[in-house]
Amino acid sequence: MMITDVSSLLLFMVSCVLCNNYIFSRFLGCCPFLGVSSKVETAAGMGMAVMFVMALASLFTWLVYHFILVPLELTYLNTIAFILVIASLVQFVEMFMKKSMKALYSALGIYLPLITTNCAVLGAAILNINEGYGLLQSVLNGVFSAAGFLLAIVLMAGVRERLESSNIPESLKGFPISLITAGLLSVAFMGFSGLV
Amino acid sequence: MNVTAILFAVLALGGLGVVFGVVLSIADKKFAVEVDERVAQVRECLAGANCGACGYAGCDAFAEAVVSGHAKPNGCPAGGAKTAQAIAAIMGVEVSTEAPMVAKVICQGEAGVARERYEYAGYQSCQMASQMAGGPKKCPYACIGLGDCVAVCAFGALHIENGLVRVDEKKCTACGNCVKACPRHSIQLKPLNATVIVRCQNGDTGRTAREACMKACIGCKRCVKECKYDAIKVEDGFAVIDPDKCTRCGACAKVCPSGCITVEQ
Repeated sequence: MMITDVSSLLLFMVSCVLCNNYIFSRFLGCCPFLGVSSKVETAAGMGMAVMFVMALASLFTWLVYHFILVPLELTYLNTIAFILVIASLVQFVEMFMKKSMKALYSALGIYLPLITTNCAVLGAAILNINEGYGLLQSVLNGVFSAAGFLLAIVLMAGVRERLESSNIPESLKGFPISLITAGLLSVAFMGFSGLV
Repeated sequence: MNVTAILFAVLALGGLGVVFGVVLSIADKKFAVEVDERVAQVRECLAGANCGACGYAGCDAFAEAVVSGHAKPNGCPAGGAKTAQAIAAIMGVEVSTEAPMVAKVICQGEAGVARERYEYAGYQSCQMASQMAGGPKKCPYACIGLGDCVAVCAFGALHIENGLVRVDEKKCTACGNCVKACPRHSIQLKPLNATVIVRCQNGDTGRTAREACMKACIGCKRCVKECKYDAIKVEDGFAVIDPDKCTRCGACAKVCPSGCITVEQ
């Protein structure tokens, strides 16, 4: 789907956030989704950090792919090259933020380095290439997909906070009920699949 | 086998890696945040368990707080005096290790000393008994002696004897759980070396207090007059000794008409 006007932009956004939600439809980034979703606050922090990194990663991986890998006919190396780009980028962003955006740095805290190994970021970079997106659309895809991730992780955290105080069978307490919750949320999101 | 393709791949990825490495190392220099080297030194002294007992997010946060002056060198309860001294040495300040504390019972109203109001036969809990018509002992400030504090003590330092709680000061770690459990505030944390203390906090007038307990402080101020060091004050109807001013001479205990000031050896 190419973006040509405002309505297609909106459609693209809905498609990224709801229909092709990274967690519930593509099953990418499940580790932080389950690991950092016990509180709404930290979940939102993680989501924001992912959005920030995914936008930047989409931009830089697109540049690396089209200006380095394609001319050298090394497109088969995209996975390893993208991992390199993303890891370096996160490091760089962390240093930069520590110096000049101390407040944001301490707000994101440990989540920023954790994103280095978030497969949703790598997934976004590779999908951008596979779908043949242009530079602008790649960045938009990164931002909207991360918005979907943010939505998913905050929803999950909200549910898990309520689960804390509910009466759960002994054998399902803790992680099992979280996995079941994630599955049910995923089923619910399947309802959006025919939307776009 | 296409050797040039392999060479290109290696060179391209290696080149990318080198470029990123150089950029990162330049960025590291350029965006270097001035970190006080004392932070790392202080951090070395700490246990690194990140227990949070200091009130900070972890040992790193505490080390930063110490260096920036927000936390005291002796702010690590887990490390104790040894850690405090090491940190104070780094910071170049005199260590002011707080005296070790211990739980002391501010009541001597055992059976036969404190008069009973009624015989309590309900659930064996001070919390319950204290809400029943002012408690089984006539003194509304007295230790009830049903052992709410004993139940919460994790170190076995407390036991009830003759209707009054006793502290084994060797076992007490001054964790303060008993202080929280006592509905009467009969147990308080005092410095271990505060050997002279007023073991009563009955704020009633002298006569009422004396009717309730033979060892009640009646607020007569004889100890205040006797103390040469201005360490005793009578406020709210009972005497309190300031352990910082007190020299442990014990003169006050000798003149106390009701014997509510005790001197430990």
